[in-house]
Amino acid sequence: MLIVEGVEKSYKKSGIFSRERTRVLEDISFECKAGECLGIIGESGSGKSTLGRLLLGIEKPDRGTVSFEGRSITERRARRGGVSAVFQDYTSSLHPFYTVEQALLEPLKLTDMKLKDMRKKVDLLLTQVGLDAAYRKKYPHELSGGEAQRVCIARAVSTEPRWILLDEAVSSLDGSVQLQVLELLKNLREIYGMSYIFITHDIQAAAYICDRLILIRSGRIDEIVPIERLKDVQSAYARDLLRMMIT
Amino acid sequence: MNLYKNIRNDKLAALSFSVILVIVAAGLFAPLFAPHDPNEVQMELRYASPSWGYLLGNDHLGRCILSRLIYGIRPSVLWVFVALVISVVLGGGLGLIAGYFRGKTDAVIMRICDVMLSFPGYVMSLAVIGILGAGLTNVLIAFVLMKWAWFARVIRTSVLQYAESDYIKFSKALGFGNFRIIVKQLLPVSLPDIAVTSSSAFGAMILQISGFSFLGLGIEAPHAEWGMMLNEAREVMFTRPELMLAPGLAIVVIVTAVNFLSDGLQVALDPKLIVSKPKLQRQEIPSAVERKGEEVA
Repeated sequence: MLIVEGVEKSYKKSGIFSRERTRVLEDISFECKAGECLGIIGESGSGKSTLGRLLLGIEKPDRGTVSFEGRSITERRARRGGVSAVFQDYTSSLHPFYTVEQALLEPLKLTDMKLKDMRKKVDLLLTQVGLDAAYRKKYPHELSGGEAQRVCIARAVSTEPRWILLDEAVSSLDGSVQLQVLELLKNLREIYGMSYIFITHDIQAAAYICDRLILIRSGRIDEIVPIERLKDVQSAYARDLLRMMIT
Repeated sequence: MNLYKNIRNDKLAALSFSVILVIVAAGLFAPLFAPHDPNEVQMELRYASPSWGYLLGNDHLGRCILSRLIYGIRPSVLWVFVALVISVVLGGGLGLIAGYFRGKTDAVIMRICDVMLSFPGYVMSLAVIGILGAGLTNVLIAFVLMKWAWFARVIRTSVLQYAESDYIKFSKALGFGNFRIIVKQLLPVSLPDIAVTSSSAFGAMILQISGFSFLGLGIEAPHAEWGMMLNEAREVMFTRPELMLAPGLAIVVIVTAVNFLSDGLQVALDPKLIVSKPKLQRQEIPSAVERKGEEVA
């Protein structure tokens, strides 16, 4: 469904006259099948968030292609309503001037639903993510971190996309809330049958939810492993990651 | 009408808003409000003190000061406001575009702004007036030409901090059009900043247009304008200082009201700054007191 082929990305180093470029991603190729949950794991600065932006089509790769159901993801119409995202920073993920209801209605305007149905849908979404209709009139600054992230998830699934990018979606939440949100994501996936691309540095969280893991290290794919064979990974980096998790 | 309610709760903002409303209405319907013809010369009433017929007295040509003050609202407030709106829309639009798209678009727009801003404002306005000739329209054209770059600059800076936030990223990822994102998402968050910058510019513009009229470059002679009224009163500054008082106070009142209103607007537009439900808190206090009473009993 989502096919990434030979993607490369580099950024100009700072300074107007500097011609040097730092290479962030190199020769990334993989495929995400429909209904699959794919984990992308790497440490800070490994280029995983850049990869996330490329996957969402809000930035173009220097070389290579990202195609979604046969069309380039950078085409706005190709991803219209079919793609969605949840980001790490829940404080800046919701528009500060929109109430929860307005925030959830916004993506629904891409579909050709009637306003009455939209409002019903908002109620349904709120209950699905474990909140209730009382949250409709609240502003983002009145929500706790977990609640805000739940609203973000509700907003992400509202258009019933084929896949969602979760960019460090649980990393800034604390332990128990993290588990609740992961559980919620699992349930939603069963309801809507979408695929996830789960970008994180937390191998434990990824192992909990993903079917397949891609390990990224300094802009290159180190290894791709199915979750069942996680314990016999080959690369030294992955072994390090696992060891750190166990200790 | 959330905004309206918020403004009404803020007493100072509500007062400023009513003052502005009254002034604008008086300016729009000047012939109804003004007791006399503002250009009617009556030499026998030169420097007359306030009387029931002429509430604020008469000037050096015996014209009714109150009527001139009311007619002066049109150039001093209304036309300045029009010029302000045009420059804010122009500058704000370009600022939003520059801040949102960044990269080359940003560079091109900002270099043009740099060129505009490298000329000292007053000198440039004088040059434009020199080319186009004196008169209110030309002064206003000069204002728009000089001010838009400044607005573009300020608004771009304000937009830059929001353009990178995740909710914009989300809308982009979802496939919303750029224009829609700018209007629906970026414009509301930068609106408080726009309100504050434009209100401070409004005060400055009123003072500037008065300044140009004072120099004799603004509005033509018989017509009333606050700056020109000040200029005319200057000759008798020490013998009849009250002639300066009326237009001077009028300028102070409108500039103050606009500034207070913009402060109020900034608060009213931002849900984070609104003190939510002060009424509920008041209700909670007596119930707490009652509970205490019960415990004692």
